[in-house]
Amino acid sequence: MNVMYFAWVRERIGVPQEKVQTKAATVADLVAELVAREDRYAAAFADISALRVAVDQELADFDAPLAGVREVAFFPPMTGG
Amino acid sequence: MQVRVQQAAFDPGAELAGFAVGRRDIGAIVSFTGVVRDTSGDLRHMMIEHYPGMTERAITGILDQAVARWSLADALVIHRFGALEPAAPIMMVATAAAHRAEAFAAADFLMDYLKSRAPFWKKEVTLSGAAWVAAKDADEAALNRW
Repeated sequence: MNVMYFAWVRERIGVPQEKVQTKAATVADLVAELVAREDRYAAAFADISALRVAVDQELADFDAPLAGVREVAFFPPMTGG
Repeated sequence: MQVRVQQAAFDPGAELAGFAVGRRDIGAIVSFTGVVRDTSGDLRHMMIEHYPGMTERAITGILDQAVARWSLADALVIHRFGALEPAAPIMMVATAAAHRAEAFAAADFLMDYLKSRAPFWKKEVTLSGAAWVAAKDADEAALNRW
């Protein structure tokens, strides 16, 4: 699936998006897989309460299932307007 | 109804002049323009990042709710991204309705939701460095008004 990062999450991880091969059942499982990979992911996901997630471009929770999902995005709370 | 997410500058006056023109069923038009504010005194620009695709989708969803709830005759949302100079318009909303109460409420609702539910992130780039603008608890709390 396509995993995207925005704002300071993108800066900490170092790429705006990447293809990830995963069998993670939920967003939280995917986060755990990424954190186990490298320090830069651990740094970005250190405080999950400071992050928001979108699944296929809709805001979701970290316990959202990933079956059939094509795109997951992680970002800080939005600051539009 | 119109949603525009763009890098290019826009002229709020010209946009407003062309909004809901000739509609005989409306009695009120309300508009709001958000402007880049230099809070530090040395702002070079405000960098606005967004999530192409989701941005348009999220704004359209918010706009649809406003149109249905306040029976809007027309509505407009423009939001810029990229590097914006101090004093430049960032975004605007305009609402047209039969009565002013609906037009004001819908514009207020749109602003509250665009601030916390449309995927934009602001970074202040000043002469001394750059920092992401943090979301305020008050902005999230404002959603409970609706």
